[in-house]
Order: sequence, then structure tokens, then C-alpha cells
Amino acid sequence: MKYYLGIDLGSTTSKAVIIDENDQIVGRGITNTRANYKVASDIARDEAVYNARFSILKKKLEKEIQARPAFERYIVDLESMFQYEQFKVRLDKLGEELLKTCKEYFTDEATRDEMIGHLRNIRKEFKPKIKQDYLYNDLGSRNQFFRDIVSEKYNEEVNKLDMSLFEPLMTVWDKSISPAENERVQFDFKELVNKAMVELKKKYDNLPDTKAEGVSVNFDAELNILKGEFEHAEETLRTHINEIAEMEFNISNMTGTGYGRALLPFPQECIRSEILCHAFGAHAIFPNTRTVLDIGGQDTKAIQVDKYGLVTSFQMNDRCAAGCGRYLGYIADEMSISLNELGPMAMKADKEVNICSTCTVFAGAELRELTNLGEKREDILGGLHKAIIMRAMSLIARSGGAFNEFTFTGGVARNPAIVKYLTELVRENYGDQIKINIDADSIFMGALGGALFARRNISATLPNSKQAKNVEQD
Amino acid sequence: MSKAQQEAIKERSMVLQKDMLAKQFTELSQAKELGKKVVYTFVPGNLTELILSFDLLPVYPEINALQSGMRKKSAAYIRDAEKIGYSEDVCTYVKCDIGMMLNGNIGPTGEKLPEPDLLLLSYTGCYTFMKWFENLERLYPGVPVAMLHTPYQEDGIITQDQVDYMVKQLREEVIPKMEMVSGKKFDMDRLSAMMENSVKSEDLLVKVLESAKSVPTPIDAYFAGVYYIGPIFTAFRGTSEAVEYYQELWNEVQQRAAAGLGPVTPEGELKEEKFRLVMEGPPNWTNFREFWKIFYDMGAVIVASTYTKVGGTYDTGFRHDPTQPLESLAKYCMNCYTNLNLPQRIDLIENYVKEYKADGFLINSIKSCNSFSAGQLMIMREIEKRTGVPVGFIESDLVDPRYFSYANIKNRLESYFQMLEQRKIILAQQ
Repeated sequence: MKYYLGIDLGSTTSKAVIIDENDQIVGRGITNTRANYKVASDIARDEAVYNARFSILKKKLEKEIQARPAFERYIVDLESMFQYEQFKVRLDKLGEELLKTCKEYFTDEATRDEMIGHLRNIRKEFKPKIKQDYLYNDLGSRNQFFRDIVSEKYNEEVNKLDMSLFEPLMTVWDKSISPAENERVQFDFKELVNKAMVELKKKYDNLPDTKAEGVSVNFDAELNILKGEFEHAEETLRTHINEIAEMEFNISNMTGTGYGRALLPFPQECIRSEILCHAFGAHAIFPNTRTVLDIGGQDTKAIQVDKYGLVTSFQMNDRCAAGCGRYLGYIADEMSISLNELGPMAMKADKEVNICSTCTVFAGAELRELTNLGEKREDILGGLHKAIIMRAMSLIARSGGAFNEFTFTGGVARNPAIVKYLTELVRENYGDQIKINIDADSIFMGALGGALFARRNISATLPNSKQAKNVEQD
Repeated sequence: MSKAQQEAIKERSMVLQKDMLAKQFTELSQAKELGKKVVYTFVPGNLTELILSFDLLPVYPEINALQSGMRKKSAAYIRDAEKIGYSEDVCTYVKCDIGMMLNGNIGPTGEKLPEPDLLLLSYTGCYTFMKWFENLERLYPGVPVAMLHTPYQEDGIITQDQVDYMVKQLREEVIPKMEMVSGKKFDMDRLSAMMENSVKSEDLLVKVLESAKSVPTPIDAYFAGVYYIGPIFTAFRGTSEAVEYYQELWNEVQQRAAAGLGPVTPEGELKEEKFRLVMEGPPNWTNFREFWKIFYDMGAVIVASTYTKVGGTYDTGFRHDPTQPLESLAKYCMNCYTNLNLPQRIDLIENYVKEYKADGFLINSIKSCNSFSAGQLMIMREIEKRTGVPVGFIESDLVDPRYFSYANIKNRLESYFQMLEQRKIILAQQ
């Protein structure tokens, strides 16, 4: 089987998608974009390859899954634990970096030792919590990045300490996280997946003890099945994980896209515009799509495609990125809430406060003023989300309107309030007949389009075959 | 790389044109000593032959502004104009021009430009022109203003009434003021004789522009096109020098075509013509070469453009008429691209796409130009509908470097060219 890779190096996140010869997605990888683009794209690609191995595992166990549905759960858990194992390696790297910074930064020995002591305690506190999250809450499948997870926990722990420690500990953090993040960590897939297997076994062995109070009988029964079946499944799983770990992974071709595409270590002919890729990806999932709206980190694109998925025209924001993903990030910071909470909070709005979306910074000022006037946060957020869509509507109009099926792509498509207002306004402007598509993989559309292009129209012999081999490193 | 290599390649006609322009600016700088009178006027609907028939020297503030833009002087001029109250949204040609005057009216070549003796407001399709000259009137108190109103082709036709209306203005307003300023009597025979030269130049210009119909094209009708139209408008149409220049240019183009050579660009000859485009809107002048290079790098060439028709739509058949000099001046003004209504513009572009075998249609929308930007999206959609070629839209500005975002423009153009390429590949596979 041949595989094809698409990498979308966006302004906020870097995504990778691997497809097979039948255009089916077999692997997805995502990470936060950082100063070192190469590391970001390498990580996204590695993640996609790991994910592909798990989906191949799932495919191999198709029959077992049919016979015993619990199998599917084990694979999800195994991948989650695998991610935790990766996380642990990264955490160790970060630990080394923190220690190094401490030694360089604090010249006074007593302070240094004190800080190192605090760092040890912090780590001791948050590590088991994170493990717990991975084990039981599928932290891995929520696309939370290493940086976000650790900084959240680190902040939590630092805040518990004396105020006077805040500044030195945060300085050490700021100085350490970037170098730790901009270095690519090499993982041994086989080793980590086997470690994950051990953890998984522990989890199921201990299940009755970890049962929370107040859960339903059904849930209890489900746990019992999971626990009981694991013993049978273990052997099968073990054989197969070694098989997938050793499996040769042939990336026959790849395409890089996204705003950082020119910086990708790809040959020129393997670089495609994200406009084409988003459209092609969206069209592949929803073939009747004629209009695509993509809201990414720094730009919004309204794209018209033909029946082949080829772009016929596009419009994008110019000179100002207000109303894009970064705008939401800024607003979340202003409100001191996480980006993921914005949408759900806006969904609780009773009305939409009128907010200007022409400038991100001004919107911040407007937000404070409105809060001061006593407007509810939910209503302000409702207004903000609507404002973003109003801006996007003008781009859609400029690109020629919405036809047939309308597909919404990009990271912002995960925000429920954005989806709500978009649906409302598209229907209002282009009629109730128009079908609005939002795929769970909306954020991966650009990378998917890239992979599809890689399979279609670039010759199979890569100009730089070393690149393809690099994909395979386990 | 040596300095000589870095310099743009120039054809003989380009050198000739450069010399003509240099001579023109030198003459302007000495106008007062030579006792010559100066007329400030606009490119669209210019009355060059009439001006020259009075031995007046024309100055084109638009040309000065774009030249200042190309020579990286416009940013400071615009800043100075904004300092005295011109808003951010005002046409940057205007601000650049005003700023240049505030700074001693030193022209693009470094020579001082003479003050005007007459402000000839040949208003054609752009309201800003009126405001521009109202401001010049204030900057040069006492200088007479002659206003020539060109009726917009609202219905897409030129009626006899409109021609009569314009001829009346020429006879009663423009010519008397020119006589007053120049101290000379209007000489219809001289004007008519000049128009014979105009016709020759115009015939040659059309041949040059239409050479782009061949595949591959020997010329670029937008970036290079602005060079080709240059001398005709900047004071030479109607002179024997203009005829000579166009003859030279036409010879070169024929030679290039015969040898199967592509257009000359500052980066060298375009070796492989990958995309043929029709372009609407003025170019950006502050980053002109960079802008052109993006096209060059992608193997894209402009085979027809509307901006080169701002000073007249000769390719649709108009010629100055030596037998009816004033009437033909009237028709000329009304036929300028910016004076055409939107359906006429769309028909023109549609013909370009078809006749020049274009792969796509691209709009460069100018932030500070209302007369060009109005209707562009409608034009774009209509062209897409009628011709089926992919359309593209980019945004920049005339001479304000703050509005030229290289990364954004490159990103869009790259996407657009890939869109054209992908289309070719996938459609070939279907």
C-alpha cells in the first residue's frame, strides 16, 4: 500500500494528514506552530504517522472489533496512553531545560536550590494529574498540545505558592518552554507503544478500584466487560502492535501548504497554495460543495469550486486579520478564559451585543467598555461571534455568494457559536435550501487537500527521496 | 552579481523613450527662461495636440506621481500631504502630487517643474480630478482654470448632442483660455496637421498591442504596456518624434515575433509563456518591478489590459480625425476607458479574453482609486460567467507603499497561478 502525506503549516497550528491509495484518511497529526517551522511540521507529520499506525491496527482488528466491541475502546485507550508516553519524554526534556535555566539564571546558590526544589514539587504534583487525564479523559484526542497542557498545570501549581515565587518561577518557565518546544524529540514507537500497553494493563487491572461514586449501573457493567475482555484481548493486541510498529510506512509523495509553506523543507513542486488545498479537501469529503469558507488563524477565505473541486475564484481578507482565529485567541486572553470555552459561552447569549469586528485591538477595548456598562459576558461573546461571521459573509458575497452545498473548514469551524451564526446568516442570505457541511476533520481540510494533490498530479518519483524516508523513523 | 547585470534589460525603444522623456523634463525645467507657457492636465481625455498646437508645454501630475512612486519618493510626499490635512483615503496620486509641490515641485528626474500658466481640467470619468484641480487652484492662486466636461457614456453611445456640447466647450472655454495664456491665435490647420501624425502613432500602437494576440506573445501588454503608451500621452502624440518612436517599437516587436521571442522584462526575456492573462486596474508603482517579477517568475504574461486604455481605446477603432479636429477631440475624450460605462467595459474585457486567448482574468484593485474600483467585483463575476476563465482579485495601491503587502500579494498570486495550473492538469486528466 502506498501512502500520501499533506502538511498544512498554519499560523496557529500545523496539521498533517496521511491518506492511502483510495483517498481514505489513515492518519492525522496536529501541533501548535512555533518559531521553528521545521520542528512544527516534523511533529505534525510524526503524529500523523503514529496515528496512521493505530488506524491500521484498528483495521487489522476489524473482525475482533465486530465480535467484541470493547476492542475499539482498547485501541483508543492505547493511543491515548501512547500519547502520554510521548508526553512523558517531552516532559523530561522540559525538566532538563528548566533545571538548566535555573542553574544559569539564579547566581545565588541558596535561591537556586530553593527554586529547583519548587520545580521538583511542581512536577511531582502535576505529573500524576496529567496521567490521569490521559488515562480516563482522552486528553490526547482533544488535540491539546504539550505546551498548553503543561503551561496550564504549571500555572496552577505556581499560583498555589507564595506570591513572591510567581515572578522567578514564571521567568524560568518562559526561558525554558521555547527551547524545549523548538527541539524535535525522537520517539521509539515500538518502545513507547509497549510501555503504553503496560499502563493499559494496569488501568484495566485496577478498574474496580478506580470506579467513581454515583455512576450508573450500566456504566459499571460496561467497565466490567472492558476489564474482563482485556485479558482475552491482551495477547492479540500485543502481537499486532509489534507488527504495526515494525510495518514499513511508504510515503510515496507529499504536498506542503499553509502560510508557512515556503519554509517547509519540500521541493518547490511539492508546495501548493492553501486555498487550493482547502477547497480540494472540502470537495473530497463533500463532493457537492461549490462554496468553501475557511476561517484560519490569520485569514478568512471564501472559495468557489467547480465539480472537480478546482477553485474558480476566491476572496480573502486583506490588510487586516480581524475576525480570524487569532482574533478569538486575543479575545479569550482578554477575558482570561481558554479558547475552547469561548464558543460554548457565546452559545449561552440571550442577545448579541453590537461589536465592531474591523480591528482586533479595538474589539478588546470595546469588550472592556461593554463589560463596564454591565453587559453580560455571554452576550458580548455572542455579538463578537456574530461580528466575525458578518465579516465572513461579506467575503462570501465578494467571491460570488454561496451555492449548492456550502462547506466550512479551518480550526474556527470547531467553535459551536461560530457554526450557529454562520448557519443562521448563510440561510438568511442564501435561502434555507442550501446545505451547510461541517466535518469533524474541518481543521485538517488543508492538509487533506494537500495529500490528495500529492496522490494525483505530482509524479511518483520524489525529487528528494530522502524526505520520504525521513517519515519513517521508528 | 555585477551592477550591470542587476540593471534591467532595455530595448532600443525603451532607451529612445527615456531620452524623449529626459528631454521633455529638461525643457520643462527651462520653460520660464525659454518663455514657454505650461499647462497642467490629465492623461484620460488629454488634449495633447491642441496644447502643442499653441506651443504650450503639458505637465501631467498623474505621470509625475507615478514616476515619483517608481523612484521611491512618493512615501514622503504623501506623508507631507497628510500633514496638511489630506485624509488617508484620498487618492494617492493627488497626495503625491500635492506633496511634491509642497517640497518645491522638484519633478521625478530631479529637475524643477515649472508652475502652471493654465490648469486644464479635462474631466473624464473621475470626480477626484475636479477636487484635485480645485486644490491646485488654491496652491497657484490667479492661474486660470479651463474646465472641459466630458459626458459619461451612461447609455453606451456617443450622441451628436454630446459631441456638439464638447466642441462648444472647446470653442468657448478651452481654446480662448489657451489663446489668452499663449498669446497665440488658434490654428485649425496646425491642429489638423498634428492629427495626421496622431493617426500614424495610433495605428502603430494598435499593431503593437495586438501583437499580443499571437501565442506566445512578443510583448507584455500591462507592465511593458505602460511603457508603450507612455510617450503618446506625455506630450508627444501628434509629433513626428512619437511616430518615430512607435515605428521603432513596432519594428522591434515584429522582430521579436518573427524570432519567436517572448516579452522583455526587467528580469530578462520571458522564456516560457505559461499563463496568458487579461488585467484590469492600474498597476502598483512603488513596487513595480517586484510586482512584475512575481508574474515573470510564474511564467505569466499580460496579453491585454484596461489601464493602457485610460488614455484612449484605439484598439476598438477610434482615431483622431484630421478632417474634424475638434469633433475628434470630443470623441476621443468620451472614448477613454474610464469614461465607458460598466457594460461597455465588460464587453471590452470579454473580447480581450477571447481574442487574446487568455487563460485568466485578474483585477488589481486600487485602494485609493474610486473611479477604477467601482464595479470591479461585478465585472469580475460577469467575465467569469461569460468566458469561463478563472478570475482573480488582488489589492494594492497606486503610489502609497504602505498598501503594498508583498507577502499577501504573492500569496494570492501564487494561489491564482496554481489554480490555473491545476485546472490545466486536472482537466486534461478528465
